[in-house]
Amino acid sequence: MAGLWRRPDRPLARYRGLFVLALVAAILPWFLPNNFFLNIAILTGLNAIVCVGLNLLIGYAGQISLGHAGFFGLGAYVSAVLTVDFGWEPALAMLAGAVVVGLLAFLVARPILRLSGHYLAMATLGLGVIISIVLVHETKLTGGPDGMNVPPLRLFGRDISSERDWYWLVAAVLIVAAWLALNLIDSPLGRALRGLHGSEVAAETVAIDTARYKTRVFVISALFASIAGSLFAHYSGFLTPSEASFQRSIEFVTMVVLGGMASTYGAVVGAAIITVLPQLLTVFHDYEQVVLGLILMLTMVFMPKGLVPNLAVYLKRRLS
Amino acid sequence: MAEFVQFVFSGITVGAIYALVGLGFSIIYNASQVINFAQGEFVMIGGLTTAMLAQGGVPVPIAAAIAIAAAVVAGVALEKLAVEQARDAPVVTLIIITIGASIFLRGLAQIVFDRNYHALAGFSGEAPIHLAGATIVPQTLWVLGTTAALVLALAWFFGRTLLGKAILATSYNPLAAQLAGIGTRSLLLLSFGLSAALGAIGGILIAPISLTSYDVGVLLGLKGFSAAVLGGLGSSLGAVAGGLLLGLIEALGAGYISSSYKDAIAFVIILLVLFFMPRGLLGRRGTERV
Repeated sequence: MAGLWRRPDRPLARYRGLFVLALVAAILPWFLPNNFFLNIAILTGLNAIVCVGLNLLIGYAGQISLGHAGFFGLGAYVSAVLTVDFGWEPALAMLAGAVVVGLLAFLVARPILRLSGHYLAMATLGLGVIISIVLVHETKLTGGPDGMNVPPLRLFGRDISSERDWYWLVAAVLIVAAWLALNLIDSPLGRALRGLHGSEVAAETVAIDTARYKTRVFVISALFASIAGSLFAHYSGFLTPSEASFQRSIEFVTMVVLGGMASTYGAVVGAAIITVLPQLLTVFHDYEQVVLGLILMLTMVFMPKGLVPNLAVYLKRRLS
Repeated sequence: MAEFVQFVFSGITVGAIYALVGLGFSIIYNASQVINFAQGEFVMIGGLTTAMLAQGGVPVPIAAAIAIAAAVVAGVALEKLAVEQARDAPVVTLIIITIGASIFLRGLAQIVFDRNYHALAGFSGEAPIHLAGATIVPQTLWVLGTTAALVLALAWFFGRTLLGKAILATSYNPLAAQLAGIGTRSLLLLSFGLSAALGAIGGILIAPISLTSYDVGVLLGLKGFSAAVLGGLGSSLGAVAGGLLLGLIEALGAGYISSSYKDAIAFVIILLVLFFMPRGLLGRRGTERV
């Protein structure tokens, strides 16, 4: 308990990791020889934004979402449809996507999070699949399974189109997302979440409104996914409903779990591994799913806390 | 009217399969509090293995027996190698393990077999039967008959045999069951084997009606799960009722409202159930002790 109420005596200490992340992001482009690698880095960054948000929910609130690709896809499609069919400014469309996703997340989570247990997992599963089915069937708006084209992002009167521009934009958004997540974890909301992860009943007896906090963190994580989705839509310029599929939701969960639950940097590392791995495995294309499934099972059985937290413990032991 | 009868028949046929998958969810949930997301893959293993062996010239009954055995091996291995190793882990961890297993099994099926769709011939030919103005394929009767027999056998097993009662006792209170001399761990293994067998049988029965491929388990699994949630997770009778009801609603919805949104119905039902009656139709009511 003492650790929970500790005041941050060195307020800069918690940003040390953020500093490392920014440093890595700043020097990485010099090691990426061409657009192919930049492209992988950008996709990693977009996935990492989703995972940093999802990690707040899985790692800190102890809840699991099997539908985050639904929020990612919905954010992406709201951006796409508003810019293509209604001529909205991309930034405004992105904001609208976030509002829609946030509202939807709130409406679903609020009644369900009053129940204890894993009802949220079932509800998010249902919601995610419904979103993906709607995107497939509303062909007039979304183009259906064939997908739709999305115009490039315009910010401050300037088109963002080169891979390098996108790299810096995504890196900046990721760092802001990580910074927000870290602040959230050290806020009263974060403390309450850790409390209710330990024991929901104990948290309630000290007057923590667990349902309210869980809802809040769920909505925040949905917003992260929506923003990442909108960026993805403009970046890739082409969108299909597979971005909102159940499989994609599972991929996001895998990233968080592999990198390390309750570790913001773990989420980034997990996103990097799962994004890069299929590129390396293209030679073994047929074995991709087998490998992915094995990774998921082995991580959960042998290091349920994930890569980064285990590595941190190991390093600490070696250094002291 | 004939149209309505037709929809009802196709509804309860698919519903019976959902019921078998839902029963599998319930049995494992009762034994271990795990929601086994690899349940749909057992269905796939059953149907696909039978279809591929039958294509290779193996008689269907032998092919089916091999397929069920393969699913049981997969289920027992999942329990022994993964779920049991992480016994004390939180439920989130266990759920993720079964999701990993489902991806793994799907990948394995792609390698062992292929990515194509495969058909299996009906057990008693394809000559349609006319019944109350509706036309049904003979396989429908196989599905309904086998499911009814399995449900009765399970009712007998859980209600009348010592082994079945031991499983029920374990699901109510594992510690008390252990104190009464029940080997709870081997029962866990049995539960996984049993639900794998149920899933596989469902997969074999439905393969002649809808085609089978390495990824049929995803949707069938999720719908079986919806059936279990609708009936009340953990209630066997609930899973059967939920499955039949879900199949009916789907068939009628597809027939009268919108066929393109047929697959969404199951998931809308999950949300409605969670909003308005989270214990499902026949779920256990009771307070949770801390």
